Parts: sequence; structure tokens; C-alpha cells
Amino acid sequence: MAKPDLMDFDRALELYEPVLGFEVHVELNTATKMFSDAPNYFGGEPNTNITPVDLGLPGSLPVVNEQAIRYSISLGLALGCSIAESSRFARKNYFYPDLAKNYQISQYDEPIAYRGSVDVELEDGRSFTIPIERAHMEEDAGKLTHVGGSTGRIQGAEYSLVDYNRAGVPLVEIVTDIIYGADRDAPELAKAYVSTIRDIVVALGISDARMERGNLRCDANISLSPRGSGILGTRTETKNVNSLRSVERAIRYEIQRQAAILSAGGTITQETRHWHEDTGRTSAGRPKSDADDYRYFPEPDLLPVQPSTELIEELRAALPEAPALRRRRLKAEWGFTDLEFRDVVNSGLLNELAETVAAGASPQAARKWWTGEIARLANAAGVDSSSLVTAQQVAELIELVEAGTLTDRLARQVLEGVIAGEGSPAQVVDTRGLAVVSDDTALLAAIDEALAAQPDVLAKIRDGKVQAAGAVIGAVMKAMRGQADAARVRELVLERAK
Amino acid sequence: MSEITAEQVAHLAHLARIELSPEEIESLTKELGSIVDNVAKVTEVATPNVPATSHPIPLVNIFRPDVVGETLTQEQALRGAPEHAEGRFKVSAILGEEQ
Repeated sequence: MAKPDLMDFDRALELYEPVLGFEVHVELNTATKMFSDAPNYFGGEPNTNITPVDLGLPGSLPVVNEQAIRYSISLGLALGCSIAESSRFARKNYFYPDLAKNYQISQYDEPIAYRGSVDVELEDGRSFTIPIERAHMEEDAGKLTHVGGSTGRIQGAEYSLVDYNRAGVPLVEIVTDIIYGADRDAPELAKAYVSTIRDIVVALGISDARMERGNLRCDANISLSPRGSGILGTRTETKNVNSLRSVERAIRYEIQRQAAILSAGGTITQETRHWHEDTGRTSAGRPKSDADDYRYFPEPDLLPVQPSTELIEELRAALPEAPALRRRRLKAEWGFTDLEFRDVVNSGLLNELAETVAAGASPQAARKWWTGEIARLANAAGVDSSSLVTAQQVAELIELVEAGTLTDRLARQVLEGVIAGEGSPAQVVDTRGLAVVSDDTALLAAIDEALAAQPDVLAKIRDGKVQAAGAVIGAVMKAMRGQADAARVRELVLERAK
Repeated sequence: MSEITAEQVAHLAHLARIELSPEEIESLTKELGSIVDNVAKVTEVATPNVPATSHPIPLVNIFRPDVVGETLTQEQALRGAPEHAEGRFKVSAILGEEQ
């Protein structure tokens, strides 16, 4: 198909109401797989982190990972879901070599968690409640590499190579109910929802939640309803959205694409669509199968899961604070303005700040460093801020500044040293000899030298031209190689003029 | 009587990626029909107080601890594969889209 026409986003929203639904897959970070004791790790040599169960070899039997059950229940509770008194696994039958068994073990009619909701906050602070239909457990599939095609995709490929290291990795799939009323916030809401799910699983410590690594994957369902008609449109399911930004862009794109087709009198095909990060478009995938085609039936190799009330209450008591509540609490504790706080949240630095404050730094100083110099360096290097320095190191740096050992300028040099792996801030101060010269005798000697070189300065200051001190301060800072507190130097210069 | 149709058999054959001739579809339609009829007889003898079950032994919560065990080597894993390359199973690429 040629490049599809897109309708202007605002025009599309005038004509249609977007109706959303999301399926988010979360890979659990258990030690072993869902149904086998192979390591839950899929880097490394292909087909080495597998057991006969993961290959579906004859005579092998799956056994449920207890930790995966606990994690799934915790996640269900964090999503405000009820935990099923009895849930069971089912076979989802399909013929594709990403699983060797020709079926995926999933849950169908009796998921472990059902009916919940998640409060999601938009960037401007408005809150939106996303209804959750269910969260169910299943196993991840292996990884296929298509060989021989020019694009590395299946079209034109001569054959495919399969690595089953990822097969059997525990997943929880979170399915929302139909989401109405998102309106023009739909793209941002989609991003905020996935971001909130990520915050929840990170807070629970049950997933690494790295979207770029596929630990967290979002399938976005969207349809358009002619405004005021109350009629649901045909939906598409967009896959391959691997970043928060893509989630937002993909929804926006689908709204514009579907609106263009519908307004021209066309119809939407119910299908899977693939998001392409590079072109910012979606392309048609396979027609969506009916659930009937998967011929679900109860997994005869596994027994029902019936968690005790004690277990559920134990896990409920251990739940971390909900991300939305935590944000509200931290904002109040730190005394940040709306703008300051939003800046931190939108930069994804909330956890870093919280840890830095917990390590003893003042909230404002922590904010200044994380959203300022550290974010700048991270941007320049194209990496996450949190991969550059630890909260502990930042707190130590701030402490050195507040104790007067470092000026901001020196602290930036120390930060560079810490990032370069030269040790803790205190060690970098020592090895690079960066501490502020706080010895007034040394400062006065430098000041007198500078004053001797610029004899007219003292007279000017005495005439009330205090700004004339700047030239001397500059000369002293230079002589001290920046390792002086400019404010202190200024005080001393003014004293000299008295 | 069973409601298995030739279209359903052809559809199932497609889902299972099995190529069937028209003659095979015709005979399988009859065979599957009689299998379904026979299974349906079981429901006639089941009383309402027999709950549906998918497992012969009434057990629940059979779990294993989250402890890593022994894995196959790559050589062992690939031993039964008709074809392999680069440490991976080699399969035909004409199998359609990912599920």
C-alpha cells in the first residue's frame, strides 16, 4: 500500500472519539522460567538456557514457578484487582515455531487476577482512571531470526532460525477494559498508562521493565467512533511499540490514519498493525484471529492455582505505596512547585531524586543536579541519567558543596571525574586536588597580588563602584584555578577597600 | 448427529498447517463427526453434580521453588532437530506471521 493519507489530528478529533484498549506484557524477573527450572535469562549462547520442558520434548512436564505466582498476585493487587479463588492454565494453540509445542501455556477463562483499575496522571496533573479487565499469567515465546530476506523480516526470507532461550520466560499480560473518554488526550494517556504500569512493576521489584529490551511490551488497540453516534468502530491492534514515546506516537498515527479512511467512506480492517519507529508509521500485519481459532482448552499438565487468603493478605501487606500516592506525598514533602515537580517526573528522575534525598541531600539541590548538569551529560552521551552516577554519589557531591569544600563549578569537574570512574566525589576531590581554597591567608595573598596589578580598583570601590571588584575577583579565581569560593573572595576584596 | 462440516475441517487443517486433499477432507469430516458424537455420549451419562474437570487427580497448588536447575547443552538441544544453523533451529520461513 502506498503512503496512507493522514487526517489532521485536530480535525480527526472533531469528527471522531478514540476508543482505546491496551494489552501490556510484563516479563517477570524470577530466577527461573514459568514452568521449568531453566534460568530466566535470554542473552548469551542460543539454546543453552533451556530444558526439555522449554522444548516441549516428549515426556517432559511443566511445573509452576511459585515465585511467579507470588509476583503475579502482587501485581494483580497493585492493579486493584480481585485475586481469583481458583485459576487455571489453558493451552492457546497456534502453529508457529516461536514455541516448540505448537501451543502457548496461558490463562483463558480463569485468570489469576480480574477487575481492577489504575489511576494515571497526565503531564498537566489531571488524573484518569483506567479500568483493568484482567491480568493473567503465560509464557514468553522464543526468538526468530529471518535469514535471506533483504529486510530481515519474514517477507522474502529463505528460512528462519529459532533460539528458545526466551521460551518459557514468565509473563503477566495486563488487559484493560475498553477505555472511553480519552478524547484528544488519547496519545498522552496511552504513554502515561504504560509509564504507570512500568512504575508499578519497578516499585514491586518484579520486572526489569526495560521497554527497549522487551521486558515490557504494549499492544495498543484503537478504534474511532463517529462523534455522538455511540457506535463502536472496527479496531486495530498495534504491536512493536518499544518505547513510551512510540506508544504516544503510534496512537496519534492510528487516529489520523483511521480518520482519513473513515471520512473518505472507507472501512477499517480488523488487523494487527506493526509500528515502525524509523518511519513513524504502522503497516498491516495479519488479520486478527478469532479466539476460537486458538482452540483454548484447560492445560491438562497443570493443576489449578488456589492461593490462600493468608498468602494474598501477606502480599497485600507488603505492597509498596502506589506510584500516584507516592508522587503526591513526595511533592508535599519536598515543597516543590507544580512546575518543579512535573519537570522531575517528566524527566523520569523521580526515583533518583527520592534516593538522593534519602541519602541526605536537600530536595532542591538534588533536583538542581539531576535535572541540570547530570541530565545534560546524559543527553550528550545518549544514556540514562541513572547509568552515569548513583544517588549516593550525587548526595555526597551536594554535601561537599554545602560544606563549602566545592563550588558549583568545581563540583561539575568532580562530577565528571565520578562519571569517568575515578571514584567517589571525595576521592575525586583528593586525586584531582579540586577542593576550594578556604584558607583566607592564601586568598588574601592572591587578592593583594591582583590589587597590585590593578591599582585603580580599590579607589573605584571606595567611590561606590562596587562592580569594579569583579575584575579582581576574576583575577583571583583564575590565580586559584577556580578553586576558590567567589562569594568569599568578594567579601575579602570589599573588606580590603574599607 | 455431529455438526462437523467440510469447511470446518479445511479450516482446522489450515490452522494446523496440514495439507489435505478433497478426499481426505471428506473422510476426515465423517471420522471427526463420529468422534464428536461418541464424546457427546459422555455428557449424557454425566449427572449435574459431577463437576467438569481437566485433571483426573483433585490436587491444587503444585509449585516448584524458583531455583535454577540443570539445562540442556546447545548440542543436546539441537540433537533432535532435522536442521540447525548457528546454534539455532532452522525452520522454513513460509509459516506466516508471528502470533
